[in-house]
Amino acid sequence: MLKKLSKTSRRDYITYGIVIAFYLIVQLFKVTGLLSSHMEGLLVPLTYYSLAAVSLNLTVGILGELSLGHAGFMCIGAFSASLFSVYTKGLLPGGLRFFIALLIGTILAAIFGFLIGIPVLRLKGDYLAIVTLAFGEIIKNILAAVYFGYDEAGLHISFKSFQLQGEGKMLINGAMGIQGTPTDSNFTIAVILLLLALVIIQHLIGSRDGRAIMSIRDNRIAAESVGINITKYKMLAFTISAAIAGSAGVLFSHNTSTLTATSTYFGYNVSIMILVYVVLGGIGNIRGSIIATTILYALPELLRGLNTYRMLIYSIVLIAIMLFNWAPKAIEWRKKNLSSIKGRFAK
Amino acid sequence: MMNFLTYLINGISLGSIYAIIALGYTMVYGIAKMLNFAHGDVIMIGGYLIYIFASSLGLNPVLSIVIAMAGCTCLGIVTEKIAYKPLRNATSNLAVLITAIGVSYFLQNFALLVFGANPKAFTSVVSWEGISLAGDELKIQGVTIVTIVVSLIILLVLQLFINKTRSGQAMLAVSEDKGAATLMGIDVNKTISLTFAIGSGLAAIAGALLCSAYPTITPYTGAMPGIKAFVAAVLGGIGSIPGAMIGGLLLGVVEILSKRYISTQLADAIVFGILIIILLVKPTGLLGKNIQEKV
Amino acid sequence: MKKLHRVLSVATACALAMSMLAGCGAAKTTSSNTFKIGGIGPTSGAAAIYGSDVRDAIQIAVDEINEKGGINGYQIEYKFEDDEHNAEKSVNAYNTLKDWGMQMLVGCVTSAPCIAVSEKTHDDGMFQLTPSGTAVNCVQYDNAFRLCFSDPNQGKASAQYIAGNAELKGSTIAIIYDSSTEYSTGIHDSFVAEAGSLGLNIAVDSSFTVDSATDFSVQLQSAKDAGADLIFLPIYYQEASLILTQANTMGYDPTFFGVDGMDGILEVENFDVSLAEGVYLLTPFSATAEDELTVNFVNKFKEKTGHVPNQFGADAYDAVYAIKAVAELKNVTPSMAVSEMGATMAAGMTEVTLDNVLTSPTTITWTADGEPNKDPRAVIIQGGVYVLAE
Repeated sequence: MLKKLSKTSRRDYITYGIVIAFYLIVQLFKVTGLLSSHMEGLLVPLTYYSLAAVSLNLTVGILGELSLGHAGFMCIGAFSASLFSVYTKGLLPGGLRFFIALLIGTILAAIFGFLIGIPVLRLKGDYLAIVTLAFGEIIKNILAAVYFGYDEAGLHISFKSFQLQGEGKMLINGAMGIQGTPTDSNFTIAVILLLLALVIIQHLIGSRDGRAIMSIRDNRIAAESVGINITKYKMLAFTISAAIAGSAGVLFSHNTSTLTATSTYFGYNVSIMILVYVVLGGIGNIRGSIIATTILYALPELLRGLNTYRMLIYSIVLIAIMLFNWAPKAIEWRKKNLSSIKGRFAK
Repeated sequence: MMNFLTYLINGISLGSIYAIIALGYTMVYGIAKMLNFAHGDVIMIGGYLIYIFASSLGLNPVLSIVIAMAGCTCLGIVTEKIAYKPLRNATSNLAVLITAIGVSYFLQNFALLVFGANPKAFTSVVSWEGISLAGDELKIQGVTIVTIVVSLIILLVLQLFINKTRSGQAMLAVSEDKGAATLMGIDVNKTISLTFAIGSGLAAIAGALLCSAYPTITPYTGAMPGIKAFVAAVLGGIGSIPGAMIGGLLLGVVEILSKRYISTQLADAIVFGILIIILLVKPTGLLGKNIQEKV
Repeated sequence: MKKLHRVLSVATACALAMSMLAGCGAAKTTSSNTFKIGGIGPTSGAAAIYGSDVRDAIQIAVDEINEKGGINGYQIEYKFEDDEHNAEKSVNAYNTLKDWGMQMLVGCVTSAPCIAVSEKTHDDGMFQLTPSGTAVNCVQYDNAFRLCFSDPNQGKASAQYIAGNAELKGSTIAIIYDSSTEYSTGIHDSFVAEAGSLGLNIAVDSSFTVDSATDFSVQLQSAKDAGADLIFLPIYYQEASLILTQANTMGYDPTFFGVDGMDGILEVENFDVSLAEGVYLLTPFSATAEDELTVNFVNKFKEKTGHVPNQFGADAYDAVYAIKAVAELKNVTPSMAVSEMGATMAAGMTEVTLDNVLTSPTTITWTADGEPNKDPRAVIIQGGVYVLAE
């Protein structure tokens, strides 16, 4: 049946297949009790970083612009959704509450993606990259400094800490962030979201719009000269990318109960970490992003036994993989040697 | 008024440090067209080397800085050879960016293993107390003055080097057009190595001044100043040496003044906000060249 | 060729995923002959110093107890996991320890990860004793206790001490705190509230964040401009040592008042300790004390790590002995289920009186809400050692 499909849609179905197969294998392990708590705890983070990597790949690989501020969109998604969940905790049933929180986080991240995209996408190359980094840092910085709460006198928002009057609640407590987010994320929801994001992105790539976006990446001037509306398509890709990153943020904030806007979670180094996943998985290769995220996120965790050496080993592995994968000489060597291995197998 | 002047001078001093770091970024970018994310960590290594020689072994501070410069220069050349050179002709320039991030992780974790996580108090390499003006109203610290003077000297020497020597001219040629430079008989590999060597040597000086002004050192000391300096380089127009200087100074002054007069917590947001505004008005930075796209 | 490459990469990915899932799943063995105690804290990343001291101090206590025959005759097995001061990684570390068979947790070291992990221990009913998680929410559940002071406790005590001291009472106060940590913000808020009701004069209230923790010239200059003669520093000693040095180069010499995080300032490598002369701080532990217990601990610690332990290590050492005391009081055995052990231990915590401890006061008791009865004590640094302040 697969043969009848075009090459691209066959590729798409294989990607879905891998995700679903992984999900089923995990469920099987879970049922049979073989899944360790450690691994079980990694599943949701794996999935939201995969989501973030897929979304960044849309910007980097398909649109062809380097963004170093994706953690900022995650931050917006995480904070807006968490705010809603904490505010309505006890008022709405869990499932509905999470669904609305997810919508809010995703849409708000999309709006910010759109607003930030207007100025940013006018820039080019590394200048664009540094401005996205700047926006990401600004978002993090402001959310870490803001105090937001309600009491009998209504809602309060300030950059200075304040005392609430009477009945009320501090929702965002400055650098200490939001506490008490219900842990609504689970692996099943996360995988459904990932599949949804894959459907949207792969559909986009295969569509007329997607081809227009890729033509801008490949040759902007040529694309412009055949009448493609550059701004519109750039904005489209960037906004969708921000929205998906926002949904990853929602999963993030509903996975642990405390949420703070510190560099550890939403700084430029997180954006860079996601970029590492994207580049290692292959620029423009959506499936590769997921596989690379899975392996690279799990690697430092698997190296736990090595204690102090683990992050050092991680960095060496990272450099080695990059050289092996990308260096022209390594590619040549691989072609020569691997084809001889293949030849031997063929006999 | 005197208060304002104090903050302004502090800002210029911080800006001078950013400027020296930014010079390293901008030279490497101009020639190898790569964002060297590990540059901030070279500063940290330089700082530790000076710490070992000056604070622990009690060597003369100037001698220690010279040793640290030699050490950082070697480090710069070796990382370039091992990690960056093989990727020079890779199909995507993101490849070398990621490797640089890998090098950055490596240097930080290496320092963590060797020196431990404990911060170490850094003895200032400048023992001069500074001067008092306007009847003790305005005090300027020795390290502040030295930082500003050193950064000006570096700027001057670099300009002379690039415009007056053969190697400097070769660097200019490589940054303009690598292919044509090769055809003119310029050894591109050697030129790039030289750029890394100079950039890393400057990083050692930056490390000495940074750790003297803010007298502590940890494996993460270089990370944030590195990013700020990168912002400064872009602000001034990446690839431009006077641009890096202006960008660095502007950033330092804005950071200190907004910390004082607006909010300590939002200072970073303001710094990054100014970067965005400047880039929107001048998309290639203050002194950046406008690149004409050819069809 | 391309196909082979693809097949190979998919195969390796699958193999990795499989080994990940299976390899760790099998490790779940619980032996009923030993207690399994786990620890979590940052041993890499910017907060690594706190975690590594706790890790080594627990090891010292465990070795001592094992040498003397263990708890109720059972030996202790001990494992420590790194969380990089990151709540997400901390939960991963917790899960790893759970797979290993952990029955009780000494951790986490830092507040934000501690709160995240306490959600998990609460779900599992596991007994948790944090040596140094000071934020209020660290012990919000019944199964969690702490050995250190809580943040509000310290802020209040500091304000009360200043108000009660004839020399300090009339000072103009400036505060410099780290707004990005729960620890510092918590102490700051309670200090400001208490100072307000005691009528203290706070002239400048400034902050910094973890990303800008090296340049304090602005905060110090504004304190100087406002004529502050007492600076309250509810922060850790690394930043405090920098503030002291920078104030000195500015020629500014106010009285500094720190809290327990200031402990350790005399051990900063290469720090000019004469700058710390006259600094007040609250501390539960003094590494220079001359009682047998402290000398023994400090010597063992120095031998193991090469440096002097800070209060985090001392708290962790006491925490292990607290577990021993409670387990012996309640006759806890390793064969109990984790949640059963958790409930028994939690009940025992409120009954036990722990004496012979490193950290003051000399006997510690706990209330049901997880707080120890600790009274922060003020000391002043004179001649390079802590002297109990009046």
